[in-house]
Amino acid sequence: MIDVNALIGGYPFRYVPHPDPDVLVHVLERERLSGAWVGHLPSAFYRDPSAGNAQLYTALASYAPTLRPVPTIRPDWPQWEGALEAAQRAGAPAVRVYPMHWGMGPHDERLLGFARACGDARMALQLTVRFEDLRQRHPLDSAGDLTAAAVRALARAGEQVRVVVTAAGREMIEEVHWGLTPIEQRRVVWDISWIWGPPEDHLAKLFRTIGPERFVYGTHWPLRLTQTPRANLALLPNDMGSPVLADPERLFA
Amino acid sequence: MSPEPQAAPLAGPAPLIDAHAHFLHPLGGRADWEAVNAARLRAGERIGIWYHVASILGSWGFSSPVYFPSPADVSAGNDAMLALADAHPERIRAYVTVNPNHTAHAVDEIGRCVARGAVGVKLAASRRASDPLLDPVCEAAARHGLPILHHIWQHRTREWPSQEISDGLDLATLARRHPTVWFILAHIGGGGDYMHTFPAIAEVPNIVADLSGSGVDRGMLDEAILRLGAERLIWGSDVTMETGLAKLMGFEAIRLTPEAIARIRAGTALRIFPPGSFPRVERESNARASVAR
Repeated sequence: MIDVNALIGGYPFRYVPHPDPDVLVHVLERERLSGAWVGHLPSAFYRDPSAGNAQLYTALASYAPTLRPVPTIRPDWPQWEGALEAAQRAGAPAVRVYPMHWGMGPHDERLLGFARACGDARMALQLTVRFEDLRQRHPLDSAGDLTAAAVRALARAGEQVRVVVTAAGREMIEEVHWGLTPIEQRRVVWDISWIWGPPEDHLAKLFRTIGPERFVYGTHWPLRLTQTPRANLALLPNDMGSPVLADPERLFA
Repeated sequence: MSPEPQAAPLAGPAPLIDAHAHFLHPLGGRADWEAVNAARLRAGERIGIWYHVASILGSWGFSSPVYFPSPADVSAGNDAMLALADAHPERIRAYVTVNPNHTAHAVDEIGRCVARGAVGVKLAASRRASDPLLDPVCEAAARHGLPILHHIWQHRTREWPSQEISDGLDLATLARRHPTVWFILAHIGGGGDYMHTFPAIAEVPNIVADLSGSGVDRGMLDEAILRLGAERLIWGSDVTMETGLAKLMGFEAIRLTPEAIARIRAGTALRIFPPGSFPRVERESNARASVAR
């Protein structure tokens, strides 16, 4: 099992204990995870994430293939095509984008075109609904949660587009999923890091209605306890057996 | 990854008390209320919860607001909660919920529900914690030896809709006025900035903090233990039991001592709830003490 939602580096709005790749490797071992897709947390807040990507590639180099880099690329930044080629050369399975932080609306043609370019390069587009609960945010953290409209627009952007959405809850997942055609639905997978378990049993309900094959394992490390998705799966109702989640390495299969 | 029904509890066999639980009831307007209640008990079995100490907040918004329940809804909710405790005496205990804006009703309700077995008082967000209107409620709790679980927004920086929120500083003000009453500061993971809460209550020893809430920020547990100590923490799940289990798993990851874990799981609850509230845990505790002697 792979954790698609891990990050390294500090967070500007609160202290995060040791967000370093060597610690992440130990956490993966403890959680019995085979690897992680890893982004660079500070890059989400850089105007130009290029330097953050360079740091990410360097920091993860000695941990390949357990840790795979997921760089951040701005579709509204000059020469993003070169950054995408560099990501491909670095073996990135996906690229992180933060349209809310960059003031890009759901129908921004630059974002949609970038999504198509990622798809053509067989790299997924990784979206983050939120880093923290809305109720605890710093006054300067004003970007807001990713909208369902943005995910729907990206899922409709092209046949080759693949979208990995992290940190979404049940309401957003349902709004997006049932707002797409069956073909478009298959372009989107959701990580389970923020989905509620019992007694409301949102995860079980989503597995029953949408299917576990539309979900991937994600922890949101180093911001959240890595044990949460494991606990959530362990608390599924007995009649659900052992659901098989999607393999993020086979999104383009 | 789901274990068999007979599998060992995911959180281990040691006593575990959920000090912040809720149940639903038919007057809450949800058709699936029984399924949600059953899911809590199912997950509780799986986790290894010995007792759920739970409340019902009026009609859960159906006929009066969740955090401003009418007296009629308060009583109906308490009746439903007590009925659940009666139906599951081996694993459910009841808080009596009150709305202090209806002071006489609140005080009467505490007496009525204690007579039927309630072991604590639940205050939602009907009135700011520091308000003198809460004093008669606290005095009633003191008379009956009950702890008060108070809904808290960790660091209120402004008013939020649908509740009159209180934070750690507000509860500290109330707790200082009533030093013989135990207060449980609700859900440090339940919204807002818990880092504000810890120093706000650190010097008010009759406040313990419950760990419940959907928030599972890394560093939160470490800071809670560092600032308050395990003896001032109490485990709970509120409406997300998977995050409650994750926090129990997290204790091992941060190498908390077995003694500290035992305090958070059950020891703090044994200390602040009325004697006899958790007989199975008390028997276990006495047996261990006897062996130790």
